[in-house]
Amino acid sequence: MRNPYQPYPVRIDAVTVETEDRNLKTFRFTFLDPGDEERFAYRAGQFAELSIAGKGEIPIGIASSPTEKGFVMFTVNKVGLVSSHLHTMRAGDVMGIRGPLGNWYPWERMEGKNVVIIGGGFAFTTLRSSIVYMLDPQNRGRFGEIHVIYGARTPGMLLYREELAAWERRDDIRMHITVDATNDPGWKYHVGFVPAITEKKAPPAGEDTFAIICGPPIMIKFTLPVLEKLGYPNDRIIMSLENRMKCGIGMCGRCNIGKEFVCKDGPVFTLEQLNRTPREY
Amino acid sequence: MRMLLIDRRAWQEGLKRAAGQYGLIGPVKEKEFHSFRPLKPGEMPDLAFQNSRLSPKHVVYPQTEPMFAYTLDEAREDRHLLKEVRREIPPRAVVGIRPCDAKAFVLVRLNFDTPDVQDPYWLRAYEATTFIGLGCNAPCSSCFCTTAGCGPFHEEGLDLLLADLGEAFAAKVLTPKGEAFARTAGWTAEAPAGAQSAFQERARAAEGRITSFVQTDHLKSIPVNDLYNAPFWEEVSFSCINCGTCTYSCPTCWCFDIQDETRGKSGVRLRLWDSCMYPLFTLHGSGHNPRGTKLHRVRQRFMHKLKYFVEKYDRGIQCVGCGRCVRLCPVNIDIRRVCNMMNGFAVSGEACAIP
Repeated sequence: MRNPYQPYPVRIDAVTVETEDRNLKTFRFTFLDPGDEERFAYRAGQFAELSIAGKGEIPIGIASSPTEKGFVMFTVNKVGLVSSHLHTMRAGDVMGIRGPLGNWYPWERMEGKNVVIIGGGFAFTTLRSSIVYMLDPQNRGRFGEIHVIYGARTPGMLLYREELAAWERRDDIRMHITVDATNDPGWKYHVGFVPAITEKKAPPAGEDTFAIICGPPIMIKFTLPVLEKLGYPNDRIIMSLENRMKCGIGMCGRCNIGKEFVCKDGPVFTLEQLNRTPREY
Repeated sequence: MRMLLIDRRAWQEGLKRAAGQYGLIGPVKEKEFHSFRPLKPGEMPDLAFQNSRLSPKHVVYPQTEPMFAYTLDEAREDRHLLKEVRREIPPRAVVGIRPCDAKAFVLVRLNFDTPDVQDPYWLRAYEATTFIGLGCNAPCSSCFCTTAGCGPFHEEGLDLLLADLGEAFAAKVLTPKGEAFARTAGWTAEAPAGAQSAFQERARAAEGRITSFVQTDHLKSIPVNDLYNAPFWEEVSFSCINCGTCTYSCPTCWCFDIQDETRGKSGVRLRLWDSCMYPLFTLHGSGHNPRGTKLHRVRQRFMHKLKYFVEKYDRGIQCVGCGRCVRLCPVNIDIRRVCNMMNGFAVSGEACAIP
């Protein structure tokens, strides 16, 4: 019997400070046993438990893409015991990763369709995974138009800034970067909240267009009415939830919304599914 | 199905014999109440009890259980790596478990033994255990097992079921595990027809003594959000003090926490019982809490047992009617009343729809 609570041992390979407030860092891990990388085969949208002996575990979305080999990557906000300790760790340190956990964005359903990705703040991690996955030369042809609406409080709070700039230069993805406010006179992109930019820039709704939306509750709250106004059907609006978790495998009982466990039946749900369940998230 | 007759002397001698091959666990009176614990050599289970105050779920699922051990000693090669703590569990038998508590394990198993992932700690302990049940000749007034998918002589989850006939036990052999235990104990005397009918008679009489009931027939079909938004949760949860007694005493509550405990340079990752009654259970790192009020938490407990579980598994309610939470709740919140309110909620809705 495989022990589902046993993490794979990993080594921190690189640590990158992502944001100007230094509260978000990206950790790149390599597996101590190379065979574990295959056992960890994942899809964009899944998460894992980052496991630090003596501190505990935290569920974090996988920011790397399944098309990126040789490492896995997570961007972590410094919040509690485990994440604060992780922020003190450095390249070379050994810890654990348990997963992959949960479901993923509905890649089969979205095949041949347009995809608009709407993200806010540091909830952009599995969205980065998704973008890198879709832009992979093997995959790009399997999707229609790709739009990305991504907002942060300030330019310095955007994640993955070099990649954002590189995607801006491509012609097979439409980037709509925005910040709430900036005093940078050289800022070339949008200024305004994500819902407002969504209203202006989201592609037309239809059977052939999916929206993946991930961000802070306040952004979700004001973006969903915009998508509904634009005519996006509820089963084409894809969301990824977060709840407090421990086991990550649907057993410990705390992350449920109705009978669904966010860790096992989610974290990805359509708005249509969420409308049918108590909204305890 | 085979039925054995075990007289008092054979009972005592049999348990002594079985103790050579099984760790025996049984009800023992300590201070005022009975609880299930390992029996000392030669010690007999005290079967003069209605039921233990706390359920015997800890036999399979300890309140605190080490999952992994680790060292933080930088001089050690294996520092920061988690090593599984494997509890060696020799064969053991719970002697005198009540049918409700045995059935509870069957329900809890649905959570820990799923098609795609299995909890090795729970399963190893469960599989190493033989359950010797004792039918309830005198159920408590707060027992409602017969309408909670169970009963005073319910067999599900048991390997042997005993009926106390006064001068002897009649024992129904239910599984090969039960057969093996009976063989080890040297219980071989077949029950004569009289004892067999006495067994049936005790079971029938016990069922007749159950005086409290729940209705569950509508729970599955009422839309989940209707029940969730029902107007009675405010009133149901009003007196709750979120003490968690209901969940800790419940044989079917399985929620747990995982915590690391370090002392010096070494430590263990523990699994501990947790409770949906506590605000920390769902508190996000950000400070947000999706079940931030006691109304949320009380509703979660009842909705989980009486609605989410029912829908998810189609195996009835996540309750065996043992009545412990009813007896122990310090503010008299009563799952029977709540269950009937929930079950009746649809009926009154439908009634309103009929002109």
